[in-house]
Amino acid sequence: MSSEIVGPLERATERDRVGRRAGRALAIEAIGPLVILAGIVWAIFQPYRIVFLDPAGKGFYDYLVQPPLLVIGVGLLFALGVAPGLLEDLRSSDGAKS
Amino acid sequence: MAPRAELVHWAFAAGFLLLGLILLAEVIVGTEVFAMRRWRVYLWPSIAFGIGVALWPVSVFFTNSTIHMLAHASWAEVAMLAGAVQLAFVRGKLTSRWWTLSLSFTLLVSAAAFLVHEQNSWLFSRAAFLHHAIGWTLLVAAIFPLGQVLQPRRAAWSAGFALTWVVLAVMLFCDRDVAPIFGHLSDLAAPR
Repeated sequence: MSSEIVGPLERATERDRVGRRAGRALAIEAIGPLVILAGIVWAIFQPYRIVFLDPAGKGFYDYLVQPPLLVIGVGLLFALGVAPGLLEDLRSSDGAKS
Repeated sequence: MAPRAELVHWAFAAGFLLLGLILLAEVIVGTEVFAMRRWRVYLWPSIAFGIGVALWPVSVFFTNSTIHMLAHASWAEVAMLAGAVQLAFVRGKLTSRWWTLSLSFTLLVSAAAFLVHEQNSWLFSRAAFLHHAIGWTLLVAAIFPLGQVLQPRRAAWSAGFALTWVVLAVMLFCDRDVAPIFGHLSDLAAPR
């Protein structure tokens, strides 16, 4: 095959690969903050779900399980515990392939 | 004093949300990258198994009828089965991809338990509505592991399976012990 054709094709494939890699990294980076944001929005719309803001007549379990805070907690856990390592591995894997 | 049912449902919703996010992350980066750190591949089987274990005390202490106890116990059993099969996969004790069908079995049993143990109609209350909605959602979702077995390279099946848990978490977070659904609340649910 002519090198005049192969060159642009390879560059297009590389551009696609870089685009996919960036998209995947962005998705992993976004999951945690999006979940945290969902929890914050929920807390704003239904503040009575946060027992600290409406403590009247609430018991131990109400303090233990507050849905918006659980959502924020899961988002934080993912963003701080899972996402950083995944991004690092994604980059090193792409570096090894290129 | 036992916690209210809705509090238990919300706690489990958090577990399912984490499970869904981890599965979604695996779909996004691909299994090869996801497995680069060994502990990560144990995450979702361990969470599934842990959810199964945690369902036992719920079955024994926090259910108020035989059918509720049987439903929660069956969820505990199939969740532990799903987790155990996936742990065996990760450890290399199981190799056939047909074992993935155990996830379909888990979803089917869970769906049946949801639908059978809810005796009220869809609009009886929000909890009744969610029981029906969750039951049918899980029934439909049982197709995803089957798709994973038949077309393992197609990410849509894995993404569907991951999103199933996120949707389940959202529905469980919406649950209230006594609340209307679309303006309907039976007098039997909340006597005036």
